[in-house]
Amino acid sequence: MAYSDKVIDHYNNPRNVGALSKEDPTVGTGLVGAPECGDVMKLQIKVNEQTQVIEDAKFKTFGCGSAIASSSLATEWVKGKTLAEALSIKNTDIVKELSLPPVKIHCSVLAEDAIKAAITDWKKKHDDNGK
Amino acid sequence: MVKLPIYMDNHATTPVDPRVLDAMMPYLTNQFGNAASRNHQFGWEAEQAVEQGRKQIADLIGADPREIVITSGATESDNLAVKGVAWMYREKGDHIITCVTEHKAILDTCKHLEKDGYRITFLPVDNKGLVDLDDLRKAITDKTILISIMTANNEVGVVQDIKEIGKIARERGVLFHTDAVQAAGKIPFNVNEMNVDIASLSAHKFYGPKGVGALYVRRRNPRVLLTPIIDGGGHERGMRSGTLNVPGIVGLGKAAQIAREELQKESAELFRLREKLRTTLERELDEVYINGDLVKRLPGNLNMSFAYVEGESLLMGINDIAVSSGSACTSASLEPSYVLKALGVGEDLAHTSIRFGIGRFNTEEEVDYVAGRVIEVVRRLRDLSPLYEMAKEGIDLKSVHWATEG
Ligand SMILES: Cc1ncc(COP(=O)(O)O)c(C=O)c1O
Repeated sequence: MAYSDKVIDHYNNPRNVGALSKEDPTVGTGLVGAPECGDVMKLQIKVNEQTQVIEDAKFKTFGCGSAIASSSLATEWVKGKTLAEALSIKNTDIVKELSLPPVKIHCSVLAEDAIKAAITDWKKKHDDNGK
Repeated sequence: MVKLPIYMDNHATTPVDPRVLDAMMPYLTNQFGNAASRNHQFGWEAEQAVEQGRKQIADLIGADPREIVITSGATESDNLAVKGVAWMYREKGDHIITCVTEHKAILDTCKHLEKDGYRITFLPVDNKGLVDLDDLRKAITDKTILISIMTANNEVGVVQDIKEIGKIARERGVLFHTDAVQAAGKIPFNVNEMNVDIASLSAHKFYGPKGVGALYVRRRNPRVLLTPIIDGGGHERGMRSGTLNVPGIVGLGKAAQIAREELQKESAELFRLREKLRTTLERELDEVYINGDLVKRLPGNLNMSFAYVEGESLLMGINDIAVSSGSACTSASLEPSYVLKALGVGEDLAHTSIRFGIGRFNTEEEVDYVAGRVIEVVRRLRDLSPLYEMAKEGIDLKSVHWATEG
């Protein structure tokens, strides 16, 4: 299978690899996928509580090159965005940017899910804190 | 410096040995006759070349040249063996025994026959990839007409106890076919010592050309008859019609001759290289697992799972090396290898498996390079792997509720 140049670039130079503390109240963590399916993505965001702007993002991914590229791109895109803006990122945007072939569309879906899961986790922490 | 890319996928196919190509050239050029032309020199030369090739193939497996039926490759050989017996012995019985880790050429042929009303037993394998001989004994009934069990598996390289299986078949009066595609020319294989009645071979798996193979069909004790699947001019004792592929047969024969002469030395060298690769990887990386029995195994095969590193991403990182993966992402079906599944390898580990197939033309330098690259990329991808991170934190991955499962 041939990979697009952008997928290869993200695979060779993944952006924002790493981990943020799960316990940090300003951090939201999304963990999606399953080892049996061959893809697991962990995407974390650090959010400014006042502005709701995502100030930092990190990821780790177990999966094929397209899965790694999709999540790497997702961290690049969410950084600097508000939560509302980040929620509007669609998997189809990722497909387009990385020129993913049809068999790899699930990788982009997973990356979108990871963003949503991280935001949900952050919001949950804040709802709980508010009470 | 090693020359890149490195080819280390010799179970998929092998390059043609230059000596094989030299032997074939005259038959691709001036000596183009039809081996069935009985009335001129072109035909005689072709026939002579075919008979020499047939003898070389027979010698490799301890057979008589008259027992060799030339085919277009092992897919056809497997089809002819199984369908040929099923159709010929329909009166006698309707039951065939095979095994879950066979090549698709056997499995799909058996499934086809199942639809036509035959009964097929697909024997399981243990976690080493081996068939249990008691399971086999128990599966045989008075309606069993064929046992088809491969000699060596193409993914995990596991070698079955063919001699014992042959003995059981012989005792119970059941014909025994083996797909010897991966074994022939790699490990000692003798149809008489191993009680084999029918055997499939393919030239391109032992440094011959693609598109030519053979089926060994025993002539005596017992005499095996097959209903042909291709009808026509009655070539190959009526079992396989069609003008003979003379250059292909010459190549198959030459490849068989070289394999026979060099088998001992070559298999010892492949074993040495394989063990070097295995021990280096095991020393430098934690949580790597060998798939399949390590002892009853082809010398050039290493099938290994690199936990927490998805196979396709590993292949992408070592893209100057040609190997293959059991990961779903590399196959059209989106399912990980059915062979690994049959061995009880969990889907999580199946996704992380790589098959190395070391062959005649691989050097020690190449093996060292491959080991180094794999170690480097596995380490890099583990730094990127949330699963590796979780495992190191002491989280039991099996206990995690994965979001997509629900
Ligand atoms: C065990 C086994 N059987 C059968 C085949 C089919 O052989 P061929 O490519 O000659 O049709 C192969 C190779 O793909 C194989 O590995």
